[in-house]
Amino acid sequence: MEMLRLATAGSVDDGKSTLIGRLLYDSKAIFEDQLESVERTSRDRGDEYTNLALLTDGLRAEREQGITIDVAYRYFATPRRKFIIADTPGHIQYTRNMVTGASTADLALVLVDARNGIVEQSRRHAFIASLLRIPHLVLCVNKMDLVDYDQGVFESIKDEFRQFATKLDVTDLSFIPISALNGDNVVNRSDNMPWYEGASLLHHLEEVFIASDRNLIDARFPVQYVLRPQSGAHLDYRGYAGTMAGGVLKPGDEVVALPSGFATTIERIDGPDGPVREAFAPMSVAITLSDEIDISRGDMICRPHNQPSAGQDIDAMVCWMSEQASLSPNAKYTIKHTTRSARALVKGLQYRLDVNTLHRDHDATGLALNEIGRVSLRTTAPLFFDDYRRNRTTGSFILIDESANTTVAAGMILGPSQ
Amino acid sequence: MDYELSNLRALEAESIHIIREVAAEFERPALLFSGGKDSVVMLHLAVKAFAPCRLPFPVMHIDTGENFPEVIDFRDRAVEALGARLIVASVQASIDAGRVAEETGPNATRNRLQTTTLLDAIEEHRFNAVFGGARRDEEKARAKERVYSFRDEFGQWDPKNQRPELWSLYNGRHNPGEHMRVFPLSNWTELDIWQYVADEGIELPSIYYAHRREVFRRDGMLLSVGPFTTMTDTEESFELTVRYRTVGDASCTGAVESSAATVADVIEEVAATRITERGATRADDRRSEAAMEDRKREGYF
Repeated sequence: MEMLRLATAGSVDDGKSTLIGRLLYDSKAIFEDQLESVERTSRDRGDEYTNLALLTDGLRAEREQGITIDVAYRYFATPRRKFIIADTPGHIQYTRNMVTGASTADLALVLVDARNGIVEQSRRHAFIASLLRIPHLVLCVNKMDLVDYDQGVFESIKDEFRQFATKLDVTDLSFIPISALNGDNVVNRSDNMPWYEGASLLHHLEEVFIASDRNLIDARFPVQYVLRPQSGAHLDYRGYAGTMAGGVLKPGDEVVALPSGFATTIERIDGPDGPVREAFAPMSVAITLSDEIDISRGDMICRPHNQPSAGQDIDAMVCWMSEQASLSPNAKYTIKHTTRSARALVKGLQYRLDVNTLHRDHDATGLALNEIGRVSLRTTAPLFFDDYRRNRTTGSFILIDESANTTVAAGMILGPSQ
Repeated sequence: MDYELSNLRALEAESIHIIREVAAEFERPALLFSGGKDSVVMLHLAVKAFAPCRLPFPVMHIDTGENFPEVIDFRDRAVEALGARLIVASVQASIDAGRVAEETGPNATRNRLQTTTLLDAIEEHRFNAVFGGARRDEEKARAKERVYSFRDEFGQWDPKNQRPELWSLYNGRHNPGEHMRVFPLSNWTELDIWQYVADEGIELPSIYYAHRREVFRRDGMLLSVGPFTTMTDTEESFELTVRYRTVGDASCTGAVESSAATVADVIEEVAATRITERGATRADDRRSEAAMEDRKREGYF
């Protein structure tokens, strides 16, 4: 059984919680005691209906204020797939939560209200999904029951969104007309919309082809931990443990280690259950090499003729995530990229991007909470990286405030600085 | 070869990645081990993460002194088989030292007292990363907790001030006296755990499988008759075939009526159940709507 990670964004008004509630309920991932607890709380609060948002709003503050503050992870499974939903609040002040949920997602679910069509929030959600390179985007046109299941409404929303999506990097875009409240096209195809010939949402989630999303071309193995038994039968063993970040590696393959550049061959690869014939992302393995060369955490094993960029000057898009300080040129941070940490200096901010209009403000002098912009960084040690569009693992990093120790930015690498 | 990892193998890879990341970045990690199924699976994954080396950190049990004897037997055998170093931090010792006071009444439990014992042990051994077996599908406060969950110098969790966690890049930076709780099983569900137990042939304490037991009913829960529970005059005991879905203190962990005697039976039962594992079996979570969040804020597991 495969696993699919999806990210949803939206507010209660879109019917997002109702939709998630229905997916969970219909796949039997909501339990009776959870439902009773939600019914009881809804009644106590004087809600007229059972508020399914209470299922995901787990924190005291969220229930008290009736809002979603943080990313909530929800799990459900069908006989075909296991699903992890990263459910995030949709308002602009929660852009950082959306970015967080989107960072690991295979598929983004964007909801629009059929009565209102594409609004600023839908454009923002789609943009963040494309910025974070979520390979599949599904636009659910919800509340179709409130527009008499009219095909014309659906088609015009679809056309408008397609037009907008040409400005984005979206590889796979689907549209599904639904009513989350009534269950139309959520789990089963709806009789109310015979004009719609596509799959129901759940069927789409089960069938969407994700195997080709992974990069199987560029072999990348960031060394995480060196295994060196101190005693016993394995004294000669020296394994480089880590998680495959791209491509395929096999015993016998010729490889180089960066930054040393020494070439050698792979002797064997051990997975969690012993030797494997091939390693690919996201397997966690340990590699032994034919020659004793000096390799430590933060180094990168790759193929001699397919190496990542190596350098200390990097251009990237960053999303600023801190309330306290803002990003400004000349500030220094700790950068964590694959298994390598270094210090990074912000050399320049090229522009700040308006996430609603995609307008680039070249006069911006900093990035505040939830703002996204293009920066140039200089790092104290070389990083081994790829364009984020080519590899989400070797193309991503976080910035850490060195005094507060907090994660202050998420970065997506564009390439070496020009 | 189709280059696809199954759900279980993807979860396994993610957990091993997290465990190795902690071993690489923290000087003094420890792994919390209760003998419950989640901590057994976590320990199994940790052993795999470092094979053929030995586990590079100790295993720690917060012992309430009110355990099911089958679980303590299992704990000692499991740890010995691995040659791991076991640290036992005792709630009884905390009570004797006057650090905490025992609850009274029929619902008395040492569940909450564990927090003090745990935090004292973390301080004593200067642990700066502590692995826990909590899963996000268990409970709604846990659904919001990070894989690397920062604790301040008082061991407190601040749910409103959590670090964003992106991709597989974990930020473990902290000052002396602060520490990180790390949850490598965050994305596993109860069913995933059982399917993995089946796949890997992992041994669990016998009370996870159906057995005859003297129990009594309280608050819709089946509690075991024994030295750690006090029956009131109106409560009556009876014998029933039961099993445990979760393993905590004998004082507050309920059994469920079940005839599931094998891993395969349990998987079938878990797949069909309509009640969450903690909802069915844990008096400690029933104290209020936010019981787990409140305890976690204080430094609980």
